[in-house]
Amino acid sequence: MSDTTDTGPVLAADGTPLKRSLRRALRAQKMRALALIAPLLIFVLVAFIAPIADMLFRSVENQIVGNTIPMTVEELRDWDGADVPDEQVFRAMFFDLFLAAEAKEHTKLGSRLNYEQSGMSSLFRTTGRRVDNMGKVFQNAFKEISPQFDDAQFWFDMMSGGAGAEGNARLISNQIGRLERLEATTFSGDVGFVPGAAISDILPNTARAYAAFAAFTHFVNEDVVSEKKPWEAVHAALAVDLEEPATAAALAAYDGPGADALRQAAAAELPPIDMKAAFVDANKDWSRIEYWQVIKTYSPPYTTGYFLNAVDMEKTTQGVALRSDDERIYGLLFKRTMFMSLMITFSCIVLGYPVAWILANLPARKANLLMILVLLPFWTSLLVRTSAWKVMLQQQGVINDVLVWLGLVADESRLVMINNQFGTIVAMTHILLPFMILPMYSVMQTIPPAYLRAAKSLGATNWTAFWRVYFPQSVPGIGAGSILVFILAIGYYITPEIVGGTTGTFISNRIAYHISTSLNWGLAAALGSILLAVVLILYWAYDKIVGIDNVKLGG
Amino acid sequence: MSAMTLTPIEKKPLSFALPTICAAGGFAGLFVGTAHGSGLIGVVVGAVVLMVLGYIALQILGPGMERPVRWGIIALFTVAGVLLAGVPGFVLGGLFGWFFAFFVYWIGEGRYRANLAPYLTGGQVLWHYAFRVICGAIFVFLITPILVVMPLSFNAQNFFTFTPEMLRFDPAGYSLKHYQDFFTSSGWQQALRNSLAIAPVATLLSVSFGTLAAIGLSSEHVPFRRAIMAILISPMIVPLIISAAGMYFFYSRIGLQGTYFGVVLAHAALGIPFVIITVTATLVGFDRSLTRAAASMGANPVTTFFRVQMPLILPGVISGGLFAFITSFDEVVVVLFVGSANQQTLPWRMFTGLREQISPTILAVATILVGISVLLLITLEMLRRRSERLRGMSPG
Repeated sequence: MSDTTDTGPVLAADGTPLKRSLRRALRAQKMRALALIAPLLIFVLVAFIAPIADMLFRSVENQIVGNTIPMTVEELRDWDGADVPDEQVFRAMFFDLFLAAEAKEHTKLGSRLNYEQSGMSSLFRTTGRRVDNMGKVFQNAFKEISPQFDDAQFWFDMMSGGAGAEGNARLISNQIGRLERLEATTFSGDVGFVPGAAISDILPNTARAYAAFAAFTHFVNEDVVSEKKPWEAVHAALAVDLEEPATAAALAAYDGPGADALRQAAAAELPPIDMKAAFVDANKDWSRIEYWQVIKTYSPPYTTGYFLNAVDMEKTTQGVALRSDDERIYGLLFKRTMFMSLMITFSCIVLGYPVAWILANLPARKANLLMILVLLPFWTSLLVRTSAWKVMLQQQGVINDVLVWLGLVADESRLVMINNQFGTIVAMTHILLPFMILPMYSVMQTIPPAYLRAAKSLGATNWTAFWRVYFPQSVPGIGAGSILVFILAIGYYITPEIVGGTTGTFISNRIAYHISTSLNWGLAAALGSILLAVVLILYWAYDKIVGIDNVKLGG
Repeated sequence: MSAMTLTPIEKKPLSFALPTICAAGGFAGLFVGTAHGSGLIGVVVGAVVLMVLGYIALQILGPGMERPVRWGIIALFTVAGVLLAGVPGFVLGGLFGWFFAFFVYWIGEGRYRANLAPYLTGGQVLWHYAFRVICGAIFVFLITPILVVMPLSFNAQNFFTFTPEMLRFDPAGYSLKHYQDFFTSSGWQQALRNSLAIAPVATLLSVSFGTLAAIGLSSEHVPFRRAIMAILISPMIVPLIISAAGMYFFYSRIGLQGTYFGVVLAHAALGIPFVIITVTATLVGFDRSLTRAAASMGANPVTTFFRVQMPLILPGVISGGLFAFITSFDEVVVVLFVGSANQQTLPWRMFTGLREQISPTILAVATILVGISVLLLITLEMLRRRSERLRGMSPG
């Protein structure tokens, strides 16, 4: 070119230096590429990655205890676990359980804790039915002292401190928040009730219980608070407040609505408050320390309990320990899953290698024809193949019929080939075989046949030529196929469910069982997370060996 | 290829041919014998019959009479088959006869050597054919389950196995009643409608998003390409049961569990990796200078995309779409958890049917599905050829 004498920076057509112009163009290109990817990336993140993250979160999440019985959890914090908790804890449990029973959430907590200690479910269920009666005693007592205590509007005025009184907005919003956590929803709008600041100072328990009642009445029952008589628990709370000597003194100086009735009640003889006795009377299991220990152990919002459970361990007072022999099922199941996946992978190698070899070494036309025999099963619906194996393997099935017809097996001693490990391994080997053959085939295609001939011409026997020359070159294909088959096998659900019976099932069947039947979602999530970790490690290895970009579909 | 012979064929001595044929006959006789009471008699009869036949064919009549002798052997075996086992025996006898008629001359005339290198030892020849027999057996293993399902779906009885009537080829043993059941049962039809309502929409979602993203990913200037790729491929890697569990938990949190939209969303996510992989693979062969040429002639990016790029990568897009479609159409684990009874798809109904073993209608459905997969296979093969042709046309 003639302009080599120019010494300044090379300029683009618009006068900017070429370097900057190029950088700008590249940036624009980069942004365009990202803009093209972004919709899909967001889609996958929302529709797929978020669910996986949610599952991982659920495997450690344990907020149900703290959300259902928050005050008890608080009281139990200082409990040493040596003896049955004192009256304070039982009172907290009464108020917690009352609200939970109204919201019908106590049974959920019961079944959650039942995973850790059987018996907890019925404990919560039976006691939940009795909490009304525990409070009834106080309701009747107050009614006798003054009929005003049986009036909805009287309670409303008393607790709100009358029109124009200074309100305690924090208390009511705390109770709404608590109800939201309990019901796992969000509420918006105004309850139509704010506890009076003065009365909630004098009667803290009553104010809290009434605020909880008000929030529940407004949001869950969708009623007007001032028209509803308060719960038995509110009366019980009032009794608890009046038990304090200081309350009577404070009431003397109080002149809000209902002050007279309150003073009257404070002076009267009230039934003794013994929640501990009432609970033990409702269900004697409340006096068992180990039940309280379970509640305390599982009170934090996050727990390793599910993971420990998934590896056959449990939390005890002495720390983490293995479960007793007859309760260890997951270790066995993981071992079985591993063993069967390995067996399937191995069978696939044994059956796939000759087929891949012959496909790679036949002339193209014949190989393409035979390839159909590999691709047709690959493309056929999984359910079709599984049902085919069910048809073939059952005792009155095709294989047994043929064997009986040939006289190899007596009619009365037909082989049991289904609903056991054998059935699962055979069916899954068939289903996953194409995934082994295709990668092997694509590797073997690249091995020049001349190498084998060269080895033989140098005096190698057939076996030596194969073992020393051909086989080492085909190992990448075996590796790729094996990892692929193993990854697929380890997470299989449908086929083991149908042909596996009880002894031929995988860990995935157990996960499905916990999701849909036992409803122990946390344990299902923990088992899933362990399985996911195994698969991701294998996937990482696959990526190192083969590379994700080299995944081929359908040959 | 096959016309060319590597080794000139020569007649084998009877001392080699007759014992081989005799052993084959004995082996076949073993099965026929055990089926009729005594394996030993079967072996002896099979061996003697084949020895005699071989001797007549090879020694007395010679290769000049090959054609009539072959037909004779087939006829003989067919008659024997009918006498032993009726109509099924006719078919089996015919097959045996055809095989032995071929086998006698194949061994006796030394034809088995024709396509093999002349220096191979006897052992190597034996291994060569033994290996092919092993491979044949594996192919049989691969294809039998699918082939067995088809005739069983025409069973007149509600059995999952061949009835004696079917084996006798009695027309009364066959019927289309399971197909009729499938086409008239409201449950199955609803399942089919659900499948057809979910799969195409899920496919459309994954193909449109996936193609755009694949084009973006094929640019050289994408940051974090590996990480993005790993995320996009992950639905294929994560075991279905884990995806299903996660989606069940998460979708029920956001109110999508048990809805049509939730199932479509889940299936679209599962189909995306297939679209990404196939379209990216097609784009590797795409000549980027074509887009630049289009741009230099004044086409805007949208026109360039639809008039230049899209027609060239269309085969990849369609085959990715087919993969996505079959993924959704075939999928059962995720829909089992994410869907509700209103979204019961065909595979779901098959799954519950298999678990509770209701009726062989499942086999009729299975046969129809095999037909669909054959169609898909053919379409994909045609697309692959077209794509290769297109790529061959574009320079570079």
